[in-house]
Amino acid sequence: MLNYGKLIVLAIVMVTAAMGANWARDIAYQVHAIIIMGVAAFMFIWVLRRTDEPEPVIDASGYLDGVVRAGVIATGFWGCVGFLVGVVIAFQLAFPSLNLEWAQPYANFGRLRPLHTSAVIFAFGGNALIMSSFYIVQRTCGARLWGGNLSWFVFWGYNLFIVLAATGYLLGATQSKEYAEPEWYVDIWLTIVWVAFLVVYLGTIFTRREKHIYVANWFLLSFIVTIAMLHVVNNLSIPVSFWGSKSVQVFAGVQDAMTQWWYGHNAVGFFLTSGFLGMMYYFVPKQAGRPVYSYKLSIIHFWALTFLYIWAGPHHLHYTALPDWASTLGMVFSIILWMPSWGGMINGLMTLQGAWDKLRTDPIIRMMVVSLAFYGMSTFEGPMMSIRAVNSLSHYTDWTIGHVHSGALGWNGMITFGALYFLTPRLWGREAMYSISAINWHFWLATIGIVLYAASMWVTGIMEGLMWREVDAQGFLVNSFADTVSAKFPMYVVRGLGGVLYLAGGLIMAWNMFMTIRGGKTVEVKVNPNATPAE
Amino acid sequence: MSQPDTDAVTGTDTTGHEWDGIKELNNPLPRWWLWCLYLTIIWGVGYSIAYPAWPMISGATKGVLGYSTRAEVAAEITRFNDQNAALKTALAEVDLTTLAQNPDLQRFAVANGAAVFRTNCSQCHGSGAAGSKGYPNLQDDDWLWGGEIDQIAHTVRHGIRNETDLDAHYSQMPAFGELLEEGEIKDTAQYVLSLSGQDHDAEAAARGTVIFEEQCSACHGDAGLGDIEQGAPNLADAIWLYGGDIAAIEETITNARFGVMPAWGERLSQSDVNAVAAYVHGLGGGE
Repeated sequence: MLNYGKLIVLAIVMVTAAMGANWARDIAYQVHAIIIMGVAAFMFIWVLRRTDEPEPVIDASGYLDGVVRAGVIATGFWGCVGFLVGVVIAFQLAFPSLNLEWAQPYANFGRLRPLHTSAVIFAFGGNALIMSSFYIVQRTCGARLWGGNLSWFVFWGYNLFIVLAATGYLLGATQSKEYAEPEWYVDIWLTIVWVAFLVVYLGTIFTRREKHIYVANWFLLSFIVTIAMLHVVNNLSIPVSFWGSKSVQVFAGVQDAMTQWWYGHNAVGFFLTSGFLGMMYYFVPKQAGRPVYSYKLSIIHFWALTFLYIWAGPHHLHYTALPDWASTLGMVFSIILWMPSWGGMINGLMTLQGAWDKLRTDPIIRMMVVSLAFYGMSTFEGPMMSIRAVNSLSHYTDWTIGHVHSGALGWNGMITFGALYFLTPRLWGREAMYSISAINWHFWLATIGIVLYAASMWVTGIMEGLMWREVDAQGFLVNSFADTVSAKFPMYVVRGLGGVLYLAGGLIMAWNMFMTIRGGKTVEVKVNPNATPAE
Repeated sequence: MSQPDTDAVTGTDTTGHEWDGIKELNNPLPRWWLWCLYLTIIWGVGYSIAYPAWPMISGATKGVLGYSTRAEVAAEITRFNDQNAALKTALAEVDLTTLAQNPDLQRFAVANGAAVFRTNCSQCHGSGAAGSKGYPNLQDDDWLWGGEIDQIAHTVRHGIRNETDLDAHYSQMPAFGELLEEGEIKDTAQYVLSLSGQDHDAEAAARGTVIFEEQCSACHGDAGLGDIEQGAPNLADAIWLYGGDIAAIEETITNARFGVMPAWGERLSQSDVNAVAAYVHGLGGGE
């Protein structure tokens, strides 16, 4: 019976998408309508072939790991794509002729840049968060993922969102909000997928067999809930036409800017910090084989981080139309956020108490430690850059780009690599990764790549900040903007080379994962039999 | 759920919780961490009293220091404006041809003009004023509309071939593609090559001489030396705005060129126009 309902819905989607493709007012909408039509047609046939057939028997005594396996592969794939686009745009900045004539307007820097940021944050980071939260919540709750195939809907739905977002950028559909570029219908789709994600996650927590909820789940849940709120509010907009991609924001002027950076900063806070801390709280103790350092610290820093982060957004708008009071509050909360952020680093690093010797032998632990070190560094750098006086130098310069990348490449990237190296052999029934020395290579390539990236961006960021503000004794500007651009050239090349090293590490990982998966076979893991149901 | 036990490595008690083999130690909050957190909170309270911070029903607290980012910027601008006021006034009113007799004012004008140039002019003429294709090099002594300081100021103030300023320099070369045969254009181009002493087809150039005299010499002069009254470029030197090879010359003759410069008098103050004229005049090619 349910299948007939699905068929009707899919048929309606197909027909609507066909009309959309016909009446589309712009190329991005048209291509998206065709993609959606194709997906709906495929699903229609898939459901039809299973309708009125005997239901396959599902063994629900094990963990639902298929979707985690798919997530592991998607994470590795999107990571390499995102790093590659990053390398391309890094060299486009150094050598503008790489904005190739024949590829215009699709492959110019302006369109590839959001493709890069979304590919690494949402495709690579998002798939990493979804797959690891599905893995962690099952293991730490002693329960199978709730909702049957709903978790598969989350996986495929989320990756469809990524495809729509990415193709939209290349075809020129954007609402011009950083990290929130996708247009209205893509946003609506993500909202549906995200609610399903929340339902799966909460359903699993409600059916857990452990009395207490493990700290990783607090962080992951705060990530899911807050991202839903941020996404909905920042994307409130009115489509110009139902048959077109363009929409108009409901907020105007400085209110729009404030909403955007409330979103933008908390995307960093709850996506890239809370979510990844959730990953860290599971994978670091597991890989080290040691207990978490301090339960008290995890409670206090969790609540402090969650309460404080949400106020920090205005520090992106110092010296703008934003009133001074809002800018002061953003700065104050950012600085108080310093210690709560470091709580995660302390808990992660101190968990290695008694296991420090593993740094010599286990490159996965080494990745996790470097990840925590970069986490600590960038969560110190962030509050420092939020100080108005520092920001007046650093804002709009490459220093910001360097800061973001020491967090993204160092913290998010390295902890995700660690998680992938932890999960791949376990999910495919292997003792260990295919090649340990390849992990070592990955570690060193990535670490040197980050150092080149961050160092070159510090130099060029501070240099251009100083050049922009330089005036002579009579108050006249000393440098033209073009002077600052040409002065940055060598550092741009160094940054690009850092990116090449990081990408090379990612490709080695992809190869290593491929070889591990190829020789392995999927294994059914029984739900933790010793756990007692929640009371 | 297991009972609290003691971790053998550190001798610390656990909380008794265990998830998928992960236990938690019952360590207290690190003291230094807690004190740093308290310190940042105390600092935050103090800072938000000192600076504008807390939103109220109508407006926000102003902070006891009376700080404002806008006031800070305004004060800095006022300081420089006051410091430069006398020189600015003198520069706005000066007869530019006599500027060189006032070294203090000239030094100020060149510094001021350099800043104006970097902000407004470098986008087209380059930050070193060396120009590029279609945008004249301002460092040489080849001037389309005159290189004396007041001529430069006139060009800056009113611009070239724009539609906003009636005093803008104006002239228009015909697109000879519509007037001449292709062969005639090729011949003329060969003659133009010969004017600047480049390799050329002598036979074709000889045929082109006649066409040049009929069609081109009225503006560019019999010897192709140009005419600053009409902004007609000198064709006998090695300086080319749109390229001096045969292909570029043929294209110029066929389609003509129509370079536009905005009237900066609409956007810049009188003293800034004079300043940038003094700066450009001093770049090396000023007459």
